[in-house]
Amino acid sequence: MSMFNLNNSYKAVVIGGSAGSFQGVVKILSQLPKGFPLPIIMALHRLKHVRHGFVEALSLKSVVQVVEPDDKEPLKKGGVYLAPANYHLSVELGNNFSLSTEEMMNNSRPAIDITLGSCAYVFKDKLIGILLSGANKDGALGMKYIKDRGGMTIVQEPSECMIETMPKAAMAVTQIDHVLKVDQIIEFFKELDKQYK
Amino acid sequence: MQDIDIVDLKKISEFIFQKYQYDFRNYAMSSFKRRVQRILELKKLTVDGLIKKLTETPSFINEFLDELTVNVTEMFRDPSFWRIMREEIIPAILLNHKQFKIWHAGCSSGEEVLSMSILLKEMGILDSVQLYATDLDTTILERARSATYSLKNMELNEKNYIRFQGAGSLTDYYKVENGYAVFNKDLLANVNFRKHDLVLGEAFNKFDLILCRNVMIYFNQTLQNDVLKKFHESLFKYGYLAIGSKESLIWCDYANRFIVVNNEEKIYKKIKD
Repeated sequence: MSMFNLNNSYKAVVIGGSAGSFQGVVKILSQLPKGFPLPIIMALHRLKHVRHGFVEALSLKSVVQVVEPDDKEPLKKGGVYLAPANYHLSVELGNNFSLSTEEMMNNSRPAIDITLGSCAYVFKDKLIGILLSGANKDGALGMKYIKDRGGMTIVQEPSECMIETMPKAAMAVTQIDHVLKVDQIIEFFKELDKQYK
Repeated sequence: MQDIDIVDLKKISEFIFQKYQYDFRNYAMSSFKRRVQRILELKKLTVDGLIKKLTETPSFINEFLDELTVNVTEMFRDPSFWRIMREEIIPAILLNHKQFKIWHAGCSSGEEVLSMSILLKEMGILDSVQLYATDLDTTILERARSATYSLKNMELNEKNYIRFQGAGSLTDYYKVENGYAVFNKDLLANVNFRKHDLVLGEAFNKFDLILCRNVMIYFNQTLQNDVLKKFHESLFKYGYLAIGSKESLIWCDYANRFIVVNNEEKIYKKIKD
């Protein structure tokens, strides 16, 4: 009955987005199944020098409060995390976060490729990567890393995106398992949640 | 970009430790991996090729260190931090000491020590403060000493200075020469730049304030713990430690010897020897 062919082996979900992704992220977080078991790690392009406001705005309607992790903060089951302003966010092998002020990548810090790439390295085929609307190519390579290491790749349906460059760039460099509208991504989360109950 | 594995990283860090006595074995894996990949790409080398080059060309180690360490910084990064320094922390130190010492640990290209000098100058106490600025990378220390920055970085530095609400304009402190902003060297008259390795080096002095912002994020927790011990040893009782706004001490053994003075800006105070 499911179109997604899911199982309960996944360990984390990572989401990248840029211009035009905010509404989609808010909607996904507001309809997250209660007690959703996996950590959700988000790298979203944002103003570099504005530390406050973004995580609060995302948390307003979210089922789970969104956290900007400190360096070396451990990942928690069901935690929802956002890369802080002006830092790249990675996951380490011991299942904690690390931050970095390395050079901007794709003109961005946080860069989606860095977060996706480090998650792919740590979680291998136990990772689901989702790339949403955006105006540059950041995240495309990260999605390729995820696919190359056996993870699942999902992009937002380009026709639904405010700016389709980002999902299209990912579709051009790697195999995308599912091309979904935001409402279908919400269904996907519900379906995934059921695998763990 | 070539994919390298943790075995390769161990091989490289072990080799560098044995041959050159720099210890990257406890660096945070994800950023260390990216830095090594970056060098391999830049120099068109394989892992074995890199080790061969480091074996045969000892002078390459300096370039390697310069590329490996992250040298991205800004003047007055996090302006709110610098306002707290000016309005709370420095005045608190001044209550007890007319003269004091500050250590910028991992100073990179010197933007933070220069920001501190400007702040102290605007408070009228630059001559009363002895500053130490250390880094393991000698190439970057030279850049810090020169107090010369690319003009394209100045736009951000100026914006930060305005948000810091400095007394004048940042342009008061530098001249433009050949497309570079060259800062007034008087600002660095009391700065002692020296090579120091936070990982293998010993504590070398006692300070009233240590700034080490966004340096320990490149270390794993074991190493963060070791370095915090060195900072603890290097601080006078009731001295201050400032780390990056998204760093935390709470995972470290020595955390209970400090109290949080400002949680938003991550400023701590040593309260126990």
